Amino acid sequence: MRFLGGIILLCAALSARADLTIEITGAGEHQIPISLVRFSGEEQMAGQTISSVVSSDLTRTGLFNLIDPAGRAPHEPSEVNYGEWPGVDALVIGKVQALEGGRVEVRFRLLDMVRRTELVALAVTANQDQLRAIAHRVADLIFEKLTGSPGVFSTRIAYVNREGKKYRLVVADSDGYGEQTLLALNEPIMSPAWSPDGSQIAYVSFERGHASVFVQSLATTQRRVMADFPGSNSAPAWSPDGKQLALVLTRDGSSQLYLVRADGRDLRRITFSGAIDTEPCFTPDGKYLLFTSDRGGSAQIYRVPVEGGAAERLTFEGDNNFSPRPSPDGKTFVFSQFTGGLFYIAVQDLANQQMQTLTSGGWHMKPSYAPNGKLVLFATESQGRGILATVSSDGRVRQKMVAQRGDIREPMWGPFVKQ
Amino acid sequence: MKRIILSVVLVNLLAACASEAPKEAVTEPAAPAAEAAAPVAAPAETAQTATEPVAATETAPQVRSVYFPFDVDAVQEADRAAVQEHGAYLAKNSDAKVRVEGNCDERGSSEYNLGLGQRRANNVKKMLVLSGAKASQIQTISFGKEKSRCAEHNEACWSQNRRADIVYTSGK
Repeated sequence: MRFLGGIILLCAALSARADLTIEITGAGEHQIPISLVRFSGEEQMAGQTISSVVSSDLTRTGLFNLIDPAGRAPHEPSEVNYGEWPGVDALVIGKVQALEGGRVEVRFRLLDMVRRTELVALAVTANQDQLRAIAHRVADLIFEKLTGSPGVFSTRIAYVNREGKKYRLVVADSDGYGEQTLLALNEPIMSPAWSPDGSQIAYVSFERGHASVFVQSLATTQRRVMADFPGSNSAPAWSPDGKQLALVLTRDGSSQLYLVRADGRDLRRITFSGAIDTEPCFTPDGKYLLFTSDRGGSAQIYRVPVEGGAAERLTFEGDNNFSPRPSPDGKTFVFSQFTGGLFYIAVQDLANQQMQTLTSGGWHMKPSYAPNGKLVLFATESQGRGILATVSSDGRVRQKMVAQRGDIREPMWGPFVKQ
Repeated sequence: MKRIILSVVLVNLLAACASEAPKEAVTEPAAPAAEAAAPVAAPAETAQTATEPVAATETAPQVRSVYFPFDVDAVQEADRAAVQEHGAYLAKNSDAKVRVEGNCDERGSSEYNLGLGQRRANNVKKMLVLSGAKASQIQTISFGKEKSRCAEHNEACWSQNRRADIVYTSGK
């Protein structure tokens, strides 16, 4: 009986929030041909399974060409006939087994079909509610082995979900599933920003009648006020060492950049433009702030040393440019470009100032890089509702994540978190 | 009871329509505000047919919203008189207080619009002070694009959202 309950729970856990449909367009050029055999033990499962989560994780990056096993169904290395898989460079096989006490054992192997060797093997036991987490870890291992870069499938994203007048600050898996509400208000919430260790989120809320900045712990959900001066307090961003935050305050007139220690002390003003200076974010070396300013007459991206001083204009194309975010290697930054009445996600090289638009245009806002720099998360719109989307950092593969409820906005990809 | 509430909503809607068509509303002389204080009793026509210009009324001026072009934060020429009337009223009524709320259309990031809305509110405040109000009578806030009146992607909607509202928090 307990065993049966376990199976039902297992199915329920995996099909929960299967209302989020995923639509992928485009394809990368040098995709790795990989085949993923549905794990044994998953045949009777409804909805999402470990192998389907792994498959959609890999597809989303645009770096893999998923080849249908076409009836071939090995689950152990001894069952693999290497000659049967021409054109397949890597094969994923595995088993899922329900154990006593409602736990599940998952075994998986990644095989190099060219060299005919095993690249990774993993066996874990876990509770049913951890199956998606295990699937993401499996996808991370496969991604890292085959591309040399760490996978980001186990990382989390934050965003704001609006339904009527109700706003929720939400943290979810990188694929949009597993929503967890951190804060629900009847006033707007904006600009979630992850601490570098992923343990806290800073954000803007209007619960005090105007925009003020809060910092909240994910583990305890305890929160504290970071800035609540007269006027607007907004646009929090953490320094790479987590010791200070950049903020935007209007207490001295127009929006200007400030720095404050993470304990709320030692507030210092960084810009003195009298224009709108906003959306600061630290470069990964911690030396500069990228930010949006209309000091030149239109909203553009600028860079200023963290200690203040002369700001350098970085963007010159498009009517307006907003919301800069540097890549994890610090070589490029993504931003939202408004031109000809549409918003595009664009990327620019910091060294040679080469700009490239990554999306075909619409209401594409608020981009942020995945912590491995391979994907960019952004907000867009579908049938009048705000939704999440990703684009590969080369612009080749785009994916929309359509949630069933609410209007999704202000997404921000979280950091790698030590497991 | 339901009917009364409905009619209140309707009157408010009509009043809103009358004053919200951005440019027409501000070129009309300010209507007496007695009705505005008690919208239930005020048929919408009264607000529209009143033609007497009022310099500094006993009650606060009627026009409570000023509108802005795209990405502009300066109070427009056409709206100056309306703002100045509020300034004069605040100067005469030292116990009156206002909150100026800046709003923006959706064409910009949330944070940029928060900054733009703040500048719109700040500029209305400056003009109120130049017209005799004390800075301490005026609070400014920005809602950016977070509390828009409408959500359509067209100029008819955007022009409604590029706005600063003068809200009396006491002494209206």
